[in-house]
Amino acid sequence: MSATNIDDPRVIEFDVRTDEMIINMGPQHPSTHGVLRLALRTDGEIVSDLEPHIGYLHRCAEKIGENLTARQFVPYTDRMDYLAAMNMNLGWALTIEKLLDHDVPEKGRHLRVLICEMNRIASHLVAMGTYGLDLGAFSPFLYAFRERERILDLFEKTCGARLTYSYIAPGGATADLPVGWTAECSKFINQFKKVIPEFHTLLTTNAIFIARTTGVGILSPRMAIDYGCTGPVLRGSGVYHDLRFHGEERYTELYDGYEFDVICADSETGKYPSSHQEVYKDGLEYPDVPSDAILGDCWHRFYVRMLEVVQSVRLVEQSIVKYDACSGSHGEPIKLTQKLPVGEAYLETEAPRGQMGFYVVSDGQSNPWRVRARSSCFSNLYVTAPLCRGVLLADVPAVVGSLDVVMGEIDR
Amino acid sequence: MAEFFNEYIFGDGPWSWLGYVIAALIACILIIHVVAVGAMGFIWLERKVAGRIQDRLGPTRVGGKFGWLQTLADGIKLIAKEDLTPDVADRFLFKIAPYVAFAASFSAFIALPFADGVVANHVNTAVFFVLAVLGLEVFGVILAGYGSGSKWSLFGAMREAAQVVSYEVPLGMCVVVPVFLCGTMNLTTIGNMQEGFITNWLVFNDPFTFVIAIVYFTCATASVNRAPFDLAEAESELVAGFHTEYSGLRWSLFFMAEYGSMFLVSGLAVILFFGGSNGPIPVGDWLANLLGGVEGSIGANLPSLGAITVGVIGVANFIFKGAIGVTVMIWIRWTFPRLRIDQVMAMCLKYCVPIAAFCFVGAVGWEVLDLPTPNNLDEKSRYEYHEKWSQEYLKTQRESVPTENDTHVQQAVPAEAIVTTVAVSQSDLDVNGGKQ
Repeated sequence: MSATNIDDPRVIEFDVRTDEMIINMGPQHPSTHGVLRLALRTDGEIVSDLEPHIGYLHRCAEKIGENLTARQFVPYTDRMDYLAAMNMNLGWALTIEKLLDHDVPEKGRHLRVLICEMNRIASHLVAMGTYGLDLGAFSPFLYAFRERERILDLFEKTCGARLTYSYIAPGGATADLPVGWTAECSKFINQFKKVIPEFHTLLTTNAIFIARTTGVGILSPRMAIDYGCTGPVLRGSGVYHDLRFHGEERYTELYDGYEFDVICADSETGKYPSSHQEVYKDGLEYPDVPSDAILGDCWHRFYVRMLEVVQSVRLVEQSIVKYDACSGSHGEPIKLTQKLPVGEAYLETEAPRGQMGFYVVSDGQSNPWRVRARSSCFSNLYVTAPLCRGVLLADVPAVVGSLDVVMGEIDR
Repeated sequence: MAEFFNEYIFGDGPWSWLGYVIAALIACILIIHVVAVGAMGFIWLERKVAGRIQDRLGPTRVGGKFGWLQTLADGIKLIAKEDLTPDVADRFLFKIAPYVAFAASFSAFIALPFADGVVANHVNTAVFFVLAVLGLEVFGVILAGYGSGSKWSLFGAMREAAQVVSYEVPLGMCVVVPVFLCGTMNLTTIGNMQEGFITNWLVFNDPFTFVIAIVYFTCATASVNRAPFDLAEAESELVAGFHTEYSGLRWSLFFMAEYGSMFLVSGLAVILFFGGSNGPIPVGDWLANLLGGVEGSIGANLPSLGAITVGVIGVANFIFKGAIGVTVMIWIRWTFPRLRIDQVMAMCLKYCVPIAAFCFVGAVGWEVLDLPTPNNLDEKSRYEYHEKWSQEYLKTQRESVPTENDTHVQQAVPAEAIVTTVAVSQSDLDVNGGKQ
């Protein structure tokens, strides 16, 4: 600004410019999804700059991991992404199993797919409901939570907990599914399939929702890759990448024999895979992509989650059949003081919010020498700053909500 | 009422002003109580309707099975709460803002007729009065946002200011249409001119008024800060917007003002477009005829049984239709996401204004071309649809005026009478000009 001289026509523009105001959105704010603090520099309603501040929920999870055995650390993984605790358990369990070179029996494999995909549904329901809340629609939130409650009821029957399950443990799971659980689960899935179109009438196809989300916060595929975005955020930008297909063998072999799609718009046609129609044999159709939507905007990120829910429904249906066909052990968890072999292991899994990686270094004791967690939300969060430059204030919750961050996972 | 006090207590002496003061106080207390109880009812309604929309029950404990007294319990809780004023707030503005909003919302009810004659004050330009006073409520919001000393509140206030210039224009254009169709700004007269069957309601007068009614309701929703136009208090963006820093009773005054205004704008919509106090079928008149007609009277100054029946049915009709309008607003709020500020302004200025302008011209054209309407307003005399009391007054005036002085009626009426009966406009006193 100082470089401008009086002949510069832009000088007048600077003269009439209003003062900028710096305001803190959070850490106590209704729409920042926990204790995220966004320092906004605003020029009237326009956000000229934004900086996310994190660390309000830091609990030294990695350091705690060095002082606990592998089995003892499981409850701490629950508290990372507390909306998808089963998927966190799975990530940790697979990493330790990789270090131990331990394999889980067939029944345990299907149990894990079943439980993790159920949790993915629950997690995406929260993401969808709170996104409606961010945009000012209150009712979809309660509809989403009504369905989530049913999933939590099912989870409660498996392990007694409703939020922090510690169910999947290195070596298998703490307990087998109770008798009759899969029947209840298929009953829920059948009922849930009828409910999914309700969310589309309330949000996806709503004119105001489309106006608020299309063309807002456009994340280009290049930028998504550069920032290390993963999960629905990456796929919403049209990047075909899902660790359930593209991951390490130890993880992808969980999904061997399962039929499902990576939800991602085709880079040429811009169309989403249509396999979700198979779930709806009675002719319920999914809404088309609105003409205003640009690949990588908030609407696409939201829509990817909505379609992933249907894919999870497919996976759950298949896994129930496969699980019921299995007999024998579900896989006993490792001993509480199991010694870990010298070495290191790193494994990434596809959690609902993106790639969750755990890194373990062991010097031969029961306690790992070093634990490191790679959080997907951390990378996803840091695109807010470039995405929110120049948008209106009301778009900031829309963008942050579409990234669906969980502070527990970022701060650890 | 003032005359009653003066006649029986204070007399015509130097203490006669006391009669007026007491009458005004009683009127204030009555209005505040009627509207406040109404607002509490609508708060309860909102909680129940929202509960049902969201697949839950809403309040069920306080005051019986349906939680009737939940709002009262909340009110007591709010009164008991600490009244906080932030250190950085402009104390005067901060404290006065809720009263401005509250007073504006409630005093607009002065001119809102619930039925023929059931109105606090007969205002001849009631449409103008209601809109003007309702516009003052915005000042309360802006003062609150500015005086709070919070950046979020300031955002809310500035949004409100931007919003008010957007919706006031189309709102005014919508209101003008029924005014010119009926040829009066008197809300009672507008309501009375729609008497008869449902087809006589102005919303069905011609296609343009139908569209205008929808545009009016949209703008009215914006004017009372209801979703999807609740930008000034957008809880997901601005924490709580202009009332972020308010607590206790001051906060509840904003709340009451909001619900009061909601009923006010729905009531205005009912009078302007949806038949006023007339039901879809003129049951009231039939009943009145059965009970001996509206004109007959029991005692010296008491209205007849028929007149009371018509009044009660009219008030019930009005409140019912107004409550439907409020319910629609509640329904919209719990269904739609919120608009962005630029989208609100685009909607009001780019869509509502042209549509309202087009429909205004269309409605004028419809009348000028004398196209068929169910109500045939142009054949009706505005004079015949005045409030009953003013018709009676005019009748007495006409009887007292000698025929040769017809063109100088004004002189024949005592100056005092003109002052006290502002509802009777000059042209109405002209007997020959009784027909439009």
